[in-house]
Amino acid sequence: MASIRFNLNGKPQTADVIPEMPLLWYLRDSLGMTGTKFGCGMALCGACTVHVNGQAVRSCITPVSSLAGKSVITIEGLSADGTHPVQVAWTEGDVPQCGYCQSGQIMAAAALLAKKAQPTDADIDEVMRGNICRCGTYQDIRHAIHRAAEIKAGGKA
Amino acid sequence: MSSVTVNRRGFLQVGASAAAGLLVGFYLPERSKLAAQGADAASPKLNAWIHIAPDDSVTFMIHKVEMGQGTVTSLSQLLAEELECDWGKFRTEFPPIDPAFGFQGVVGSQSIRTSWDPLRKAGATAREMLVQAAAQTWGVDKSACRAESGFVINTSTNAKLSYGKLAGAAAKLPVPTNVALKDPKQFKLVGKSIKRLDTANKVTGRTQFGIDTRRPGMVYAAIARCPVFGGKVASFDATKAKAFPGVKQVVPVSRGLAVVADNTWSAIQGTRLLEIKWDEGPNAAQSSAAISKLFAERAEKPGVEVSKTGDAAAGLASAGKKVEAVYEAPFLAHATMEPMNCTADVRADSCDVWASMQMQTLAQGAAAQASGLPPAKVHIHSEFMGGGFGRRGMTDFVSEAVEVSKAIGAPVKVTWSREDDMHHDNYRPAAYSRFVAGLDAAGWPVAWTNRIVSPSITNSNGQPPQNGIDRTSTEGAHDMGYGIPNKLVDYHWTEVGIPVTYWRAVGYTQNTFFVESFMDELAAAGGKDPVELRRRLLAQNPRLLGVLELVAQKADWGKPLPAGRFRGVAVVNNVGSYTAQVAEVSVNQGKVRVHRVVCAVDCGHVVNPAIVEQQIRSAIVYGLTAALKGQITIDQGRVQQANFNQYDMLRIDEAPVVEVHMVASTQNPGGIGEAGVPAIAPAVCNAVFAATGKRVRRLPIRAEELV
Repeated sequence: MASIRFNLNGKPQTADVIPEMPLLWYLRDSLGMTGTKFGCGMALCGACTVHVNGQAVRSCITPVSSLAGKSVITIEGLSADGTHPVQVAWTEGDVPQCGYCQSGQIMAAAALLAKKAQPTDADIDEVMRGNICRCGTYQDIRHAIHRAAEIKAGGKA
Repeated sequence: MSSVTVNRRGFLQVGASAAAGLLVGFYLPERSKLAAQGADAASPKLNAWIHIAPDDSVTFMIHKVEMGQGTVTSLSQLLAEELECDWGKFRTEFPPIDPAFGFQGVVGSQSIRTSWDPLRKAGATAREMLVQAAAQTWGVDKSACRAESGFVINTSTNAKLSYGKLAGAAAKLPVPTNVALKDPKQFKLVGKSIKRLDTANKVTGRTQFGIDTRRPGMVYAAIARCPVFGGKVASFDATKAKAFPGVKQVVPVSRGLAVVADNTWSAIQGTRLLEIKWDEGPNAAQSSAAISKLFAERAEKPGVEVSKTGDAAAGLASAGKKVEAVYEAPFLAHATMEPMNCTADVRADSCDVWASMQMQTLAQGAAAQASGLPPAKVHIHSEFMGGGFGRRGMTDFVSEAVEVSKAIGAPVKVTWSREDDMHHDNYRPAAYSRFVAGLDAAGWPVAWTNRIVSPSITNSNGQPPQNGIDRTSTEGAHDMGYGIPNKLVDYHWTEVGIPVTYWRAVGYTQNTFFVESFMDELAAAGGKDPVELRRRLLAQNPRLLGVLELVAQKADWGKPLPAGRFRGVAVVNNVGSYTAQVAEVSVNQGKVRVHRVVCAVDCGHVVNPAIVEQQIRSAIVYGLTAALKGQITIDQGRVQQANFNQYDMLRIDEAPVVEVHMVASTQNPGGIGEAGVPAIAPAVCNAVFAATGKRVRRLPIRAEELV
């Protein structure tokens, strides 16, 4: 056990866990924050995507010990009430089907938009190809990312 | 709702609920393939309710579960349409699982098909009672009242009473019979792309899937299972596993050893530290090569006749030209994004189970058997599914969790790693299909024989083929829609020790690939255009012909394409719907890229066009994943693929643009969740043939075979 201090969704957090434990399981099992999903355990599917210091990372292979002094945002902290432009665009387009991968898709898309305000289709392909959606919502995801960029740029929400 | 008493003997019953207001209970029938195991068709029981509360809220307690297919939204539209309630005050709940409710489950794209009439009648009945209650209140004839958006309006005075205010009085009225249903021309909700009811929670991470279950005092477990199907633990050493931080204990279960820990990660790590000697059993030498060889050997001799038209032998003998081909399809895993999992709490006198599941009634039976309790003492909590596709119709994950909870005497969540999920799926069966067809002097098919060899899909679900016939394993072949005067389809039921089950669109996934590819071979051999050949053979099949014509028009069939692009077409009639697809592909050094898919669909009366489009797009990605990438192989009795690096899914950069065109129809709705899957693989492979002259006769498509 070790005490690791970091910032989680804007609040200080002290994790007293096995240091090698992946952030995914600390969130889900220790804290009961189940919005972040388990899909593969090997950074192959993106279902567990969160932000660490603004970067999209796969929490299933991110040991809690690596987070000391860093800032973590999960789907629960992306916005207080589902009003992040990506969430608004996702809702407008009714993107989710089963919905299981969508926390990861939304976190990956939000990180993309933070870096590129107007991503091209190629930018979307490059980043989002790391996130599997077994329901095949890809066409809706692409459309919603472009729409989120519009909303973020001050377009009509 | 357990405090509510309703008379379960009737088809449609009414009562005042514990929370007051109007409660109408009714029965939505099931006609699924699996339902036969659990249903008592002769005595329909209530399995759905409408509750109208004094605060005007309308709650639809719905027995269908949501796995992404939009069922909850579409069924709600049907009910709310006839009820004339305020959609903004409409919400849904999943009722408890009770044998008294009849069979509960979702499979075979059945939900809309089986619910269309009864749901509308139930909504209309409740509306009628509310109107009657208003008429009594005002002392007028009910013909002077009409229902609109959650109110009954007195048409002569324009007075209004809300449903909530009328609910108590309505509950005291007898249930009317033969209520009038709306003329579809008056529909306000049905046929509209109403927003899904489940989106808000799915974009904020709040939706509770089975894997998100948490119970007081719960521990976490993972299970090491024998890598060979049917094998058992011979001996083991758990010293290292038990020494891993967080691991609490190791307990034996039917299929292996469960590692119990205070978190999921420690439990999974623990299973990897177990040192187990397996008794691998009779399947230890099985391999994909051996299975393929066995199938080919069996195909040398006639199988059991499944369907027959005319005289195929005579037709072949008289044919001017014979065409022969052999096709193969591999085992496929379901790979739901939410790996299998189940939370169970077994106590001395009862048991609770929380899971994402398609077949609640079967799960209840499995939990009862594993716990030794009567089914009535097993409480099933059915959660949102992170994908189902048929996998969650199995109950192995439920039985195991119940076993673990019983062994340790505590609530436990058993989570499958992705590797567990892929190694211990029940797969889409591998299949082998041999065709011999004959063309007349003009190049038109006059004889068609198709021999299929595969494990039985129904057998794996407790329904062995009768007289060797499993129509689920030959669907798409024995029922193909083409009019050829002489046809024979026969089948060799061949078990190979690999568990199989339903996989989104089931037997059509392999047989439609076989049939539609071979049909393309006949077109080429007879010098016909693929659409022209199909058009002629579908002359007696107006709905399939309709989607073929529509797709040909929308995809500009026969018109020039940009350089390097090629088209292929395929059609299918499954789950009560008709689809035709044209795929536009390019092939670059053997690598196939699907740019665009045009799909025409006739699924009868469309309840929610946006959901139909979503489901078609979804199905095309699902089927295309299999066509381009999907393959589970066996060696030394073991599945060789463990995670997405070895069994990859289609990614966003590989997904085609899909255009969906619906045929306007007033026929009863067909299913939609599976309708779009079967035609994509043959449409793509037929386009690959147009591009390369090479015929893909085994899936997945292999680049090295196209160069």
